[in-house]
Amino acid sequence: MLSPLLIGLYVFVLAVFVGRELLTKVPHTLHTPLMSGANAISGITIVGALTCASFGSKPAAIIGMLAVTAAMINVVGGYLVTDRMLKKFQRRD
Amino acid sequence: MQTLIHVTYMVASVLFIVGIKRLSAVKTARSANAISAFAMLLAIVAAMLDIAHQGEIAWLWVGMGLVAGSAIGAYLALTVRMEGMPELVGFFNGMGGLASSLVAVSMSIFAWIAWGELLSAQTAGMTTTVGVAGLPEAAAETRGAAPLLTPDNAITIALSILVGGVTLTGSLVAWAKLKGVMSGGQIFLPGHKAINLVLLVITLGAGIAAFFVVPLGSITLLYQLLAVAVVASFILGVTFAIPVGGADMPVVISLLNSFSGIAAAMTGFVLYNNLLIISGSLVGAAGMILTIIMCRGMNRPLTNVLFAKFSLTGGDKEEYINVKSGDPVDAAIALANASNVIFVPGYGLAAGQAQHATRELADMLEERGVNVRYAIHEVAGRMPGHMNVLLAEANVPYDQLYKREDIEADFKNSDVAVVIGANDVVNPAALDDENCPLYGMPILPAHEAQQAFVIKRSLAAGFAGMKNTLFESDKTLMVFGSAKDVISSISEELKQQ
Repeated sequence: MLSPLLIGLYVFVLAVFVGRELLTKVPHTLHTPLMSGANAISGITIVGALTCASFGSKPAAIIGMLAVTAAMINVVGGYLVTDRMLKKFQRRD
Repeated sequence: MQTLIHVTYMVASVLFIVGIKRLSAVKTARSANAISAFAMLLAIVAAMLDIAHQGEIAWLWVGMGLVAGSAIGAYLALTVRMEGMPELVGFFNGMGGLASSLVAVSMSIFAWIAWGELLSAQTAGMTTTVGVAGLPEAAAETRGAAPLLTPDNAITIALSILVGGVTLTGSLVAWAKLKGVMSGGQIFLPGHKAINLVLLVITLGAGIAAFFVVPLGSITLLYQLLAVAVVASFILGVTFAIPVGGADMPVVISLLNSFSGIAAAMTGFVLYNNLLIISGSLVGAAGMILTIIMCRGMNRPLTNVLFAKFSLTGGDKEEYINVKSGDPVDAAIALANASNVIFVPGYGLAAGQAQHATRELADMLEERGVNVRYAIHEVAGRMPGHMNVLLAEANVPYDQLYKREDIEADFKNSDVAVVIGANDVVNPAALDDENCPLYGMPILPAHEAQQAFVIKRSLAAGFAGMKNTLFESDKTLMVFGSAKDVISSISEELKQQ
């Protein structure tokens, strides 16, 4: 049985490859939305942050709440701003 | 329940991958973003189910964080102007890094407190289960005399603090430099690289030590070590970003974007959550690819962008001689008689919000039967693809936009090149002056057109402190002023022609 760390490493390396394969095809025009869209995805830390905010211990929960706030700024802001940009690209189709 | 939660995480992972894939075409891009946002929603719901399932939850804390974060994010996203996009993306990026860093800190404090409670419960002879919501099975197995977190966790938590902290303050410096809050110049400290290395060692050292040297009962020491790690990572982010000049900031933002993904993946390692690892590494790859593309566009290796001092040697400090300046009337006359015109937009177009005025001028020229095209350099603007976003905002048709490599050969066949607030990307010195810091960077050869108009606020040097030999060319006429005003007056004059 592999240790969870090693399984995680497998997943990590494979996902980096998938990302590389997918992204080399993105046209220059879409680089800015791609960047901000990808940036929104990095807000996935929200999952960890939610776990922390639910901890019974006070200091850990307070820090967790701050993490939830920061991650939500990243997530909500990132997706909305990407959508605003893409809307402009689509208007003429 | 656990199965359902994990299946949901898996579905979310797949949707993130689909989302990124569909982002590669204009047609599918908007739905791609919606898919990705939906995946995020799924992940959040699953995470809430997960914690609700594990026991008591401070819903008030969770709710406050969710509402406050969403409100701030939405406000910023909906009010930003397209010109300010690079700064905002940098800022959001920093928030992602901050979240990763905080999660790591919170995780280690919680695990440590839970460990203490567990030990005292055991010594009291009670069998009790301490709420370890979210803590992985593997770590839970080591409960007993050992800490709840394994040495693996110690390393991933330290890395999370490191990457998260660097992403936060590095992004804030990038934000400040782009916003103009901070000067765009390069700042070097004595022994800069050594300082960075020391900070790196302190961050990782303190982060890892927090797990191995803190005896039970001295939580203050734990707090101190974590604080040292966090502060050192914050300083490292600053020292990492300050030597990079304003013009190179897009590279840093792109690289930090990659870091924020890696930070999320590290959090995934702390929580043993594959969703975080997958989506984090996708973002890591995205940021890295964009970074490489931008470096190629400037023909400089990444290490050069990050660490090199622009050497101000050679003739670059010379005064301009023989610069001819004209007014909008001259430009209007030239344009009225042209049949092939190429616009070269640069950061000045963004800063002066001249994209709409430019399109109006272009439309007018088209009505007169002029062939109008835009030449987009890969590093024009303040982030990759920045010019495309601005021109899209002004409804410039796609088929008028040309990448550098597709149009560079056509300059010599065109009558007029109109350079709007671009500098380094049209500097012919990059082609033939080996002392020029830009030497080797592919440029848009505006100097090859029959005539070039350069719309610029002043003759102030570009970021590199370089003289632009295009400005001295016989064929060039400088039109000074803000891009928007100048272009509007050209349009006005053109109507009279």
